[in-house]
Amino acid sequence: MTSDALSKGSPWPLPSGEPVLRLEAVRKTYGSAVVLRDVALEVPAHSVTALIGASGSGKSTLLRCANLLEDVDDGAIFLDGEEITDPRIDQDAVRRRIGVVFQAYNLFPHMTVLDNITLAPRRVHKVPRDRAETEARELLDRLGLAGRAGEYPDRLSGGQQQRVAIARAVATRPRLLLLDEVTAALDPELVGEVLAVIRDLKDEGMTMVIATHEMAFARDVADQVCFLDAGVILERGTADRVFGAPAEQRTRDFLSRLTEAGRL
Amino acid sequence: MTVRDEQDEAVPDGTYEPSPRRLARERYRRARTRRAFAVAAASSTVTAAVLVTLIVESPGWQRTRDTFLNAHYARLALPKVLDGLWLNLRLLAVCGAVVLVAGLLIAVLRTLRGPVFFPVRALATAYVDFFRGLPLIICILMSVFGIPALRLSGVTNDPVLLGGFALCLTYTAYVAEVFRAGIESVHPSQRAAARSLGLTSAQTMRHVVLPQAVRRVVPPLLNDLVSLQKDTGLVSIGGAVDAVYAAQIIASRDFNYTPYVVAGLIFVAITIPLTRFTDWIAARMNGRQAQGGTV
Ligand SMILES: Nc1ncnc2c1ncn2[C@@H]1O[C@H](COP(=O)(O)OP(=O)(O)OP(=O)(O)O)[C@@H](O)[C@H]1O
Ligand SMILES: [Mg+2]
Repeated sequence: MTSDALSKGSPWPLPSGEPVLRLEAVRKTYGSAVVLRDVALEVPAHSVTALIGASGSGKSTLLRCANLLEDVDDGAIFLDGEEITDPRIDQDAVRRRIGVVFQAYNLFPHMTVLDNITLAPRRVHKVPRDRAETEARELLDRLGLAGRAGEYPDRLSGGQQQRVAIARAVATRPRLLLLDEVTAALDPELVGEVLAVIRDLKDEGMTMVIATHEMAFARDVADQVCFLDAGVILERGTADRVFGAPAEQRTRDFLSRLTEAGRL
Repeated sequence: MTVRDEQDEAVPDGTYEPSPRRLARERYRRARTRRAFAVAAASSTVTAAVLVTLIVESPGWQRTRDTFLNAHYARLALPKVLDGLWLNLRLLAVCGAVVLVAGLLIAVLRTLRGPVFFPVRALATAYVDFFRGLPLIICILMSVFGIPALRLSGVTNDPVLLGGFALCLTYTAYVAEVFRAGIESVHPSQRAAARSLGLTSAQTMRHVVLPQAVRRVVPPLLNDLVSLQKDTGLVSIGGAVDAVYAAQIIASRDFNYTPYVVAGLIFVAITIPLTRFTDWIAARMNGRQAQGGTV
């Protein structure tokens, strides 16, 4: 993909030395359960990081912390070098720069597809209605959803809803996109259409962190793979390294369990 | 773009002929509807006949008819009752509007988070707890007779205004609870989605939570409005002449209860369209966002 609606007029900021997202010794607990322990992570600009790991290993929690939907107990998170876990920071301003796509889509059921997508550009970024809608329609076109703009979310298939959710998240041109198991609720057939969209975003240079159980996809699209185990990033490296030559026994166990289940 | 949407290219369907199976199914459905209709008509007729016979054959029917269903008194009462009704309707319109706005405001105040808002939250909660528990009639008595007794300068003694004020106090508490239930019924993931788009908590409330909450509570809200409409009659406690009081004046002068029946039927006649309107709104809102189905 060469020319595109997404980056037109506002190309992604050029890469600098500073990673877009950096976690330093992040710790998160719920009551007595330690969900994230001493997590460190760097996500360079225009790169894709895949978070893999068993259910309950803390992938969603990590993403929620990065978007300030949860407070961390200890450690720090930096967005473009700025500490966002500092209590003095304007949290709304931080969230404006980060897009999130949820497993359950979380579209607004009382709004049409178009209104779902233009809500944040219009209300938060003060883009005039005409322009917001034109851009939203271009985005829908590209995601194969032309003609669905006036539809309510409940009348779309799961794959279509998830693509709308992605459109909604990128409509504000976020600096960083967080995707939490965005294909987990979908039929295998619909998974493909959503993954294709994510691949396109990568080609455009979107910086992404993706929690996923789609190992083939992670291997294919991710520049960096992190294996989470009980709240710890046990292993971190290129996709080929982590999948091809895992250093940790637990990573090998996890991957071989997946292979047995026919998912790798 | 790699994604394509098959549903956008619907195949034209020019040669379709309904199969015999479909025709038979439709014939069966029509027959079933006719049968159900016949059964309903028969059972309604029988029920009505039994009721009429029971009432008309009762020993006191003659006297009851003269005291409750007397055409002469009905004609006499109708214009007076209608005059009084105008007051009920005005009260309904003004109090209804005040109650909806104030109830929504209080419900939103109760959802504010953080220690800064503690006093606001506490006051709103105390208000709702108190006025939801206080019987309406006592609230009206306090307002209509208590406020003038204070002899505050510049404060009205008008029983209609004071009675309306009491109605607003009580009904705002009910309606605030309805709105709050609606707000709490919106799933937290909706809030998370809105906040993650960068909306402030006020914007989230305004554009995401409230529209969904209000839709869900339209039926119970209209229910409260119907009750409010009936309770507007209580302002007659302070001497204001509404439909019920107008009927009472004639009834106690002539020892005939027909005016009450007239007033009652008029109230029912106003309520029915209001209820149908509620159903229509609810159906329309559901139809717009949900998929159809047979259940
Ligand atoms: N709000 C919460 N309160 C208490 N415990 C929580 C809460 N949210 C998550 N947890 C716990 O934190 C742990 C990590 O959860 P998380 O949702 O991050 O896992 P995950 O890796 O995303 O799993 P999955 O692959 O199933 O989505 C789990 O043990 C979970 O029970
Ligand atoms: Mg998860």
